Amino acid sequence: MTYSFELPLLALLILTAGGAIIVKELISAVLILGAYSFFLALVWAWLGAADVAFVEAVVGAGLATVFFLLTLSQTSPEDTRIRRPPPPIIAVIALPLLGLLLLYAANDLPAFGDPGAPASVHVSPHYIENSLADTRTPNVVTSVLMDYRVLDTLIETVVVFTSGIACWLLLRRDTE
Amino acid sequence: MSLLIVLDVIAILIVMYLYRVVRGPTVFDRLLGLNGISTKAIILLVVIGTVYERVEMFVDISTGYALLNLVGVLAITKYLTQRWRA
Repeated sequence: MTYSFELPLLALLILTAGGAIIVKELISAVLILGAYSFFLALVWAWLGAADVAFVEAVVGAGLATVFFLLTLSQTSPEDTRIRRPPPPIIAVIALPLLGLLLLYAANDLPAFGDPGAPASVHVSPHYIENSLADTRTPNVVTSVLMDYRVLDTLIETVVVFTSGIACWLLLRRDTE
Repeated sequence: MSLLIVLDVIAILIVMYLYRVVRGPTVFDRLLGLNGISTKAIILLVVIGTVYERVEMFVDISTGYALLNLVGVLAITKYLTQRWRA
Protein backbone atom coordinates (compact mmCIF):
# COMPACT_ATOMS: atom_id res chain seq x y z
CA MET A 1 0.00 0.00 0.00
CA THR A 2 2.90 2.32 0.76
CA TYR A 3 4.54 1.85 -2.61
CA SER A 4 1.47 2.48 -4.77
CA PHE A 5 1.42 6.19 -3.91
CA GLU A 6 5.03 6.94 -2.98
CA LEU A 7 6.70 6.54 -6.38
CA PRO A 8 4.46 8.97 -8.32
CA LEU A 9 4.96 11.52 -5.52
CA LEU A 10 8.74 11.22 -5.83
CA ALA A 11 8.47 11.54 -9.62
CA LEU A 12 6.45 14.75 -9.18
CA LEU A 13 9.10 16.04 -6.75
CA ILE A 14 11.84 15.55 -9.35
CA LEU A 15 9.66 17.11 -12.07
CA THR A 16 8.94 20.27 -10.04
CA ALA A 17 12.56 20.60 -8.88
CA GLY A 18 13.81 20.37 -12.48
CA GLY A 19 11.19 22.84 -13.65
CA ALA A 20 12.22 25.35 -10.97
CA ILE A 21 15.84 25.14 -12.13
CA ILE A 22 15.11 25.32 -15.87
CA VAL A 23 12.55 28.16 -15.95
CA LYS A 24 13.94 31.61 -16.80
CA GLU A 25 11.52 33.91 -15.00
CA LEU A 26 12.40 33.90 -11.30
CA ILE A 27 8.82 34.59 -10.15
CA SER A 28 7.74 31.43 -11.97
CA ALA A 29 10.56 29.53 -10.28
CA VAL A 30 9.21 30.70 -6.91
CA LEU A 31 5.72 29.44 -7.83
CA ILE A 32 7.07 26.05 -8.96
CA LEU A 33 9.04 25.80 -5.71
CA GLY A 34 5.73 26.27 -3.88
CA ALA A 35 4.36 23.20 -5.70
CA TYR A 36 7.63 21.37 -4.90
CA SER A 37 7.36 21.94 -1.17
CA PHE A 38 3.70 20.89 -1.28
CA PHE A 39 4.71 17.52 -2.78
CA LEU A 40 7.45 17.20 -0.18
CA ALA A 41 4.86 17.81 2.55
CA LEU A 42 2.67 15.10 0.97
CA VAL A 43 5.60 12.65 1.05
CA TRP A 44 6.13 13.36 4.76
CA ALA A 45 2.39 13.02 5.45
CA TRP A 46 2.25 9.75 3.53
CA LEU A 47 5.20 8.33 5.51
CA GLY A 48 3.38 9.23 8.74
CA ALA A 49 5.67 12.10 9.87
CA ALA A 50 2.81 14.53 10.46
CA ASP A 51 4.85 17.13 12.37
CA VAL A 52 7.50 17.38 9.65
CA ALA A 53 4.73 17.65 7.05
CA PHE A 54 3.22 20.50 9.06
CA VAL A 55 6.53 22.39 9.18
CA GLU A 56 7.15 21.81 5.47
CA ALA A 57 3.66 23.04 4.54
CA VAL A 58 3.91 26.14 6.72
CA VAL A 59 7.55 27.12 6.14
CA GLY A 60 8.14 25.78 2.64
CA ALA A 61 4.88 26.76 0.97
CA GLY A 62 4.11 29.89 2.98
CA LEU A 63 7.10 31.64 4.52
CA ALA A 64 9.72 30.71 1.91
CA THR A 65 7.50 32.12 -0.86
CA VAL A 66 7.18 35.41 1.00
CA PHE A 67 10.94 35.60 1.66
CA PHE A 68 11.77 34.82 -1.98
CA LEU A 69 9.39 37.55 -3.12
CA LEU A 70 10.91 40.04 -0.68
CA THR A 71 14.31 39.24 -2.20
CA LEU A 72 12.96 39.49 -5.75
CA SER A 73 11.42 42.90 -5.10
CA GLN A 74 14.92 44.20 -4.25
CA THR A 75 16.73 42.54 -7.17
CA SER A 76 16.19 41.73 -10.85
CA PRO A 77 13.19 39.57 -11.83
CA GLU A 78 15.11 37.82 -14.62
CA ASP A 79 17.57 34.96 -14.30
CA THR A 80 20.90 36.37 -15.45
CA ARG A 81 23.05 33.34 -14.96
CA ILE A 82 26.73 33.20 -15.68
CA ARG A 83 27.75 30.42 -18.03
CA ARG A 84 29.40 27.88 -15.82
CA PRO A 85 32.35 25.70 -16.91
CA PRO A 86 31.49 22.00 -17.24
CA PRO A 87 32.16 19.93 -14.11
CA PRO A 88 35.49 18.08 -13.92
CA ILE A 89 35.60 14.50 -15.20
CA ILE A 90 36.50 13.06 -11.81
CA ALA A 91 33.33 14.51 -10.26
CA VAL A 92 31.17 13.07 -13.07
CA ILE A 93 32.65 9.63 -12.41
CA ALA A 94 33.01 9.73 -8.61
CA LEU A 95 29.64 11.17 -7.55
CA PRO A 96 27.43 8.47 -9.17
CA LEU A 97 29.73 5.85 -7.66
CA LEU A 98 29.27 7.49 -4.24
CA GLY A 99 25.50 7.40 -4.80
CA LEU A 100 25.67 3.69 -5.65
CA LEU A 101 27.71 3.08 -2.48
CA LEU A 102 25.11 4.90 -0.37
CA LEU A 103 22.26 2.92 -2.01
CA TYR A 104 24.19 -0.31 -1.29
CA ALA A 105 24.62 0.74 2.34
CA ALA A 106 20.92 1.65 2.59
CA ASN A 107 20.08 -2.00 1.87
CA ASP A 108 21.29 -2.92 5.35
CA LEU A 109 19.00 -0.44 7.10
CA PRO A 110 15.89 -1.95 8.73
CA ALA A 111 12.66 -1.64 6.74
CA PHE A 112 10.36 1.37 7.23
CA GLY A 113 8.16 0.78 10.30
CA ASP A 114 9.94 -2.48 11.22
CA PRO A 115 9.04 -3.30 14.86
CA GLY A 116 12.24 -5.38 15.22
CA ALA A 117 14.55 -2.51 14.29
CA PRO A 118 17.17 -1.62 16.93
CA ALA A 119 15.67 1.86 17.39
CA SER A 120 12.24 0.48 18.31
CA VAL A 121 13.64 -2.40 20.40
CA HIS A 122 16.28 -0.64 22.52
CA VAL A 123 15.93 3.14 22.30
CA SER A 124 12.22 3.99 22.26
CA PRO A 125 11.07 1.73 25.16
CA HIS A 126 13.79 3.16 27.42
CA TYR A 127 12.59 6.74 26.89
CA ILE A 128 8.90 5.76 27.10
CA GLU A 129 9.38 3.87 30.38
CA ASN A 130 11.92 6.08 32.17
CA SER A 131 11.41 9.64 30.98
CA LEU A 132 8.68 10.52 33.50
CA ALA A 133 10.73 9.22 36.45
CA ASP A 134 13.94 10.82 35.15
CA THR A 135 12.74 14.27 34.16
CA ARG A 136 9.27 14.77 35.73
CA THR A 137 7.98 15.91 32.33
CA PRO A 138 4.74 14.34 31.02
CA ASN A 139 5.65 14.87 27.32
CA VAL A 140 8.26 12.37 26.12
CA VAL A 141 9.34 14.44 23.11
CA THR A 142 9.87 17.50 25.29
CA SER A 143 11.90 15.53 27.82
CA VAL A 144 14.15 14.10 25.08
CA LEU A 145 14.64 17.48 23.44
CA MET A 146 15.03 19.60 26.56
CA ASP A 147 16.61 17.17 29.03
CA TYR A 148 18.39 14.16 27.51
CA ARG A 149 19.71 16.16 24.55
CA VAL A 150 19.83 19.57 26.16
CA LEU A 151 23.45 20.21 25.14
CA ASP A 152 22.57 19.49 21.50
CA THR A 153 19.60 21.86 21.67
CA LEU A 154 21.72 24.54 23.36
CA ILE A 155 24.36 24.46 20.62
CA GLU A 156 21.64 24.48 17.93
CA THR A 157 20.31 27.65 19.52
CA VAL A 158 23.83 29.11 19.52
CA VAL A 159 24.13 28.34 15.78
CA VAL A 160 20.81 30.00 14.96
CA PHE A 161 21.68 33.02 17.11
CA THR A 162 25.12 33.37 15.49
CA SER A 163 23.72 33.20 11.97
CA GLY A 164 21.10 35.80 12.94
CA ILE A 165 23.82 38.17 14.20
CA ALA A 166 25.88 37.55 11.04
CA CYS A 167 22.90 38.37 8.80
CA TRP A 168 22.20 41.53 10.76
CA LEU A 169 25.85 42.64 10.54
CA LEU A 170 26.00 41.96 6.79
CA LEU A 171 22.67 43.52 5.86
CA ARG A 172 22.55 46.60 8.09
CA ARG A 173 22.63 49.98 6.41
CA ASP A 174 25.29 52.51 7.23
CA THR A 175 23.84 55.58 8.86
CA GLU A 176 26.49 57.88 7.42
CA MET B 1 -10.26 0.60 -1.00
CA SER B 2 -12.61 3.37 -2.15
CA LEU B 3 -10.43 5.86 -0.27
CA LEU B 4 -7.45 4.80 -2.37
CA ILE B 5 -9.52 5.44 -5.52
CA VAL B 6 -10.30 8.94 -4.19
CA LEU B 7 -6.58 9.47 -3.59
CA ASP B 8 -5.73 8.45 -7.15
CA VAL B 9 -8.44 10.67 -8.67
CA ILE B 10 -7.21 13.72 -6.73
CA ALA B 11 -3.62 12.89 -7.69
CA ILE B 12 -4.59 12.81 -11.38
CA LEU B 13 -6.32 16.20 -10.98
CA ILE B 14 -3.17 17.58 -9.35
CA VAL B 15 -1.05 16.36 -12.27
CA MET B 16 -3.34 18.30 -14.65
CA TYR B 17 -2.80 21.49 -12.63
CA LEU B 18 0.90 20.75 -12.43
CA TYR B 19 1.13 20.68 -16.23
CA ARG B 20 -0.15 24.28 -16.22
CA VAL B 21 2.28 25.27 -13.46
CA VAL B 22 5.38 23.85 -15.14
CA ARG B 23 4.43 24.63 -18.74
CA GLY B 24 2.12 27.64 -18.49
CA PRO B 25 3.31 30.49 -20.73
CA THR B 26 2.56 33.42 -18.41
CA VAL B 27 2.98 33.98 -14.70
CA PHE B 28 -0.78 34.09 -14.21
CA ASP B 29 -1.23 30.57 -15.60
CA ARG B 30 1.27 29.33 -13.04
CA LEU B 31 -0.42 31.32 -10.25
CA LEU B 32 -3.84 29.86 -11.06
CA GLY B 33 -2.36 26.38 -11.35
CA LEU B 34 -0.70 26.69 -7.96
CA ASN B 35 -3.97 27.89 -6.46
CA GLY B 36 -5.78 24.85 -7.89
CA ILE B 37 -3.09 22.53 -6.54
CA SER B 38 -3.45 24.04 -3.08
CA THR B 39 -7.23 23.57 -3.01
CA LYS B 40 -6.74 19.91 -3.97
CA ALA B 41 -3.96 19.66 -1.38
CA ILE B 42 -6.29 20.55 1.47
CA ILE B 43 -8.64 17.70 0.52
CA LEU B 44 -5.81 15.29 -0.21
CA LEU B 45 -4.22 15.79 3.23
CA VAL B 46 -7.54 15.08 4.95
CA VAL B 47 -8.03 11.94 2.83
CA ILE B 48 -4.53 10.72 3.75
CA GLY B 49 -5.45 11.35 7.39
CA THR B 50 -8.59 9.25 6.95
CA VAL B 51 -6.52 6.42 5.45
CA TYR B 52 -4.25 6.49 8.51
CA GLU B 53 -7.24 7.04 10.89
CA ARG B 54 -5.52 10.09 12.41
CA VAL B 55 -7.78 12.75 10.90
CA GLU B 56 -7.44 15.28 13.75
CA MET B 57 -3.71 15.71 13.13
CA PHE B 58 -4.04 16.01 9.36
CA VAL B 59 -6.88 18.51 9.67
CA ASP B 60 -4.38 20.71 11.54
CA ILE B 61 -1.84 20.33 8.74
CA SER B 62 -4.35 21.14 6.02
CA THR B 63 -5.66 24.17 7.93
CA GLY B 64 -2.13 25.49 8.36
CA TYR B 65 -1.43 24.87 4.69
CA ALA B 66 -4.61 26.71 3.66
CA LEU B 67 -3.83 29.74 5.85
CA LEU B 68 -0.18 30.04 4.80
CA ASN B 69 -1.11 29.47 1.17
CA LEU B 70 -3.45 32.45 1.39
CA VAL B 71 -0.57 34.53 2.75
CA GLY B 72 1.69 33.31 -0.06
CA VAL B 73 -0.82 34.14 -2.81
CA LEU B 74 -1.44 37.58 -1.29
CA ALA B 75 2.32 38.22 -1.28
CA ILE B 76 2.63 37.15 -4.92
CA THR B 77 -0.24 39.36 -6.08
CA LYS B 78 1.11 42.31 -4.07
CA TYR B 79 4.52 41.82 -5.69
CA LEU B 80 3.01 41.60 -9.18
CA THR B 81 0.96 44.79 -8.78
CA GLN B 82 4.09 46.61 -7.59
CA ARG B 83 6.12 45.38 -10.53
CA TRP B 84 3.51 46.21 -13.16
CA ARG B 85 2.96 49.70 -11.79
CA ALA B 86 6.66 50.57 -11.81
